[in-house]
Amino acid sequence: MLYREAGDYKKTYAEDSQTFPLKLDRWSYYSIVFLALVAVPFVINDYWASAVLIPFLIWSIASLGLNILTGYCGQVSLGTGGFMAVGAYASYKLMTSFPDLNILIIVLLSGAITAGVGVIFGLPSLRIKGFYLAVATLAAQFFLVWLFNKFEWFYNYSASGQISTPTRSMFGYEVTGPTASAEAKYIFCLVLVIGLAWVARNLTRGRIGRSWMAIRDMDIAAEIIGVNPLKTKLTAFAISSFFIGVSGALFFAVYLGAVEVGEAFGIQKSFLVLFMIIIGGLGSILGSFIGAAFLVLLPVLLKNIMVGMLGWPIDLAAHIELVLIGFLIMLTLVLEPHGVAQLWRVTKQKLRLWPFPH
Amino acid sequence: MYDQFLYGTEAAINGLMTGVMYSLVALGFVLIFKASGIFNYAQGVMALFGALTLVGIQSGQVPFAGIINAIFGTNIQHFGWTVPAVAAIILTIGVMVLFAWLVERYLLKHLVNQEPIILFMATIGLAYFMEGVGDLMWGSNIKKIDLPIPQGINETIDSLTYDWFGYGFYIDNLDITAAIISVFLVVALTIFSQYSTTGRALRAVADDHQAALSVGISLRKIWVIVWGIAGFIALVAGVMWGAKSGVQFSLSLITLKALPVLMLGGFTSIPGAIIGGMIIGVGEKVFEFIVSSSWFGDFMGFTMNATENWFAYVLALVFLVFRPQGLFGDKIIERV
Repeated sequence: MLYREAGDYKKTYAEDSQTFPLKLDRWSYYSIVFLALVAVPFVINDYWASAVLIPFLIWSIASLGLNILTGYCGQVSLGTGGFMAVGAYASYKLMTSFPDLNILIIVLLSGAITAGVGVIFGLPSLRIKGFYLAVATLAAQFFLVWLFNKFEWFYNYSASGQISTPTRSMFGYEVTGPTASAEAKYIFCLVLVIGLAWVARNLTRGRIGRSWMAIRDMDIAAEIIGVNPLKTKLTAFAISSFFIGVSGALFFAVYLGAVEVGEAFGIQKSFLVLFMIIIGGLGSILGSFIGAAFLVLLPVLLKNIMVGMLGWPIDLAAHIELVLIGFLIMLTLVLEPHGVAQLWRVTKQKLRLWPFPH
Repeated sequence: MYDQFLYGTEAAINGLMTGVMYSLVALGFVLIFKASGIFNYAQGVMALFGALTLVGIQSGQVPFAGIINAIFGTNIQHFGWTVPAVAAIILTIGVMVLFAWLVERYLLKHLVNQEPIILFMATIGLAYFMEGVGDLMWGSNIKKIDLPIPQGINETIDSLTYDWFGYGFYIDNLDITAAIISVFLVVALTIFSQYSTTGRALRAVADDHQAALSVGISLRKIWVIVWGIAGFIALVAGVMWGAKSGVQFSLSLITLKALPVLMLGGFTSIPGAIIGGMIIGVGEKVFEFIVSSSWFGDFMGFTMNATENWFAYVLALVFLVFRPQGLFGDKIIERV
């Protein structure tokens, strides 16, 4: 089976415009999804689920969100941590105020609330551009984290200032709380990831996505050909914040269980997600996943090698991790500003021509 | 009420001094931005790195001791000597210039003609890299700057204001020193860029890269010089902030304090950096003073504190909406 279009006849418009026009692509994606849904839950243990798989899924949602805003619409944001905090606190308030509400609805509602907050902080983007905007989004980061620390209503006046998740279930299986099983958490996150990735992919292929990219490539020219910058930028902010809010809600409710806002959603998290999309690939859905996988696996790997195998002190390993991440960011930007996803695109192009390249 | 006014004035004066310290960091940003259009996020980490290197050299620490010990199983920490302050400063400046050269050679050269936002993200990577290298070289424990910098309450101002108003203002000698140094730096930089040959070349590069190249100015040499000067300013800022709060990781976060200063003052203006710093310094102290006071509580029903973290950003954000180029920045002209 060769990797090419030839011989794969499309008979309808729907077939012609499908996401994965190549049969091999299509089937490999289906089988990955199938394996992740059906096979992985039976083979994972608690360590793999909580150290690698669940964080990977949650960060993938966050980097999908930021990629929509930064990669597709060209608006660099450093407020990701703050928006994740909005999602987390929204889900906490919803869970405690409406105990009967389904957890899936809570997570989606938290995303919607974050989308609203995102639109408010996205308003200045109409006047401010480039890294002026990047710095301006830091206002969201600092203000939101301060807000959740300051007003006790947000954490229900608890003495520790932390929020901790109550137990909620889906179809009889607990997905949040201390007694929830790793498999249930994994499946819950995975279903959301699949759904959101599908949404993101189709949004970016369609009219909205094209207007985002037009604004990214040259906003004045886009405006002249009839793209409404107000609507386009604000939808990008809203949808991106929705994704980030969902990931924040999952990060708090499913992954960590108890959260202190300054520690869990500090500026480091904003940078982490930005690094994910730089390494993975700006303006690429696949890139968001690659970047998230890479930056979730790298610390685990380094820690296992340096602390576990070589017996080095933990702080030394942490410093080497900083150096490596910084180095990789610079290397990616110098060698391939469009990230690992671009390498994959180039490889695919080569595969199509193989074995008769030009 | 009179008391309140005096306390407020004291807060404002202290804010002014802190603001000048912010400008010290912002100055380095402006220099690099003017000469290369790069928004250097790593400026704060450069300050940390400079201060760490200075303390490390002065106290005779072995660089990379942690990693050497981990690999070879040895336990070395110090060479067993101390270096005099002047020699240590000169050596540190040497390190900063070497660093500037390395950045130009291995990073900037490859990123010429990239979009500004890519360059910005590259400097975030650079910031992480340097932070890690700084920690690996000198260890991450909190260090003390061992230089003869005056510190503590200024008695003269205290007694003078006590005679005048019946209340002595607390103003730190360190802040006054920092303010004097910043003013001196601004004057020196302005003279340098107005009257020296290198300074003129620098301004030419800032105006137009290609035109500068065509009259025979070496872009790469200018960049090394600019990054070197910015490294020197970072060292000064690192020493002043390090004397204030100890040389430690949080020093790199002063970048985050300098960013709103830049947005307010404009990225391209050296006086803008100073005035922006002062506005932010005074603004955040006075705002904090007002919203945490009891009469604000009576009026609004709640008080706020720790607003310093975000006040500067929100101020800059609101300000930018009305004047996107900042107070003194060059007008942004967009063409298709």
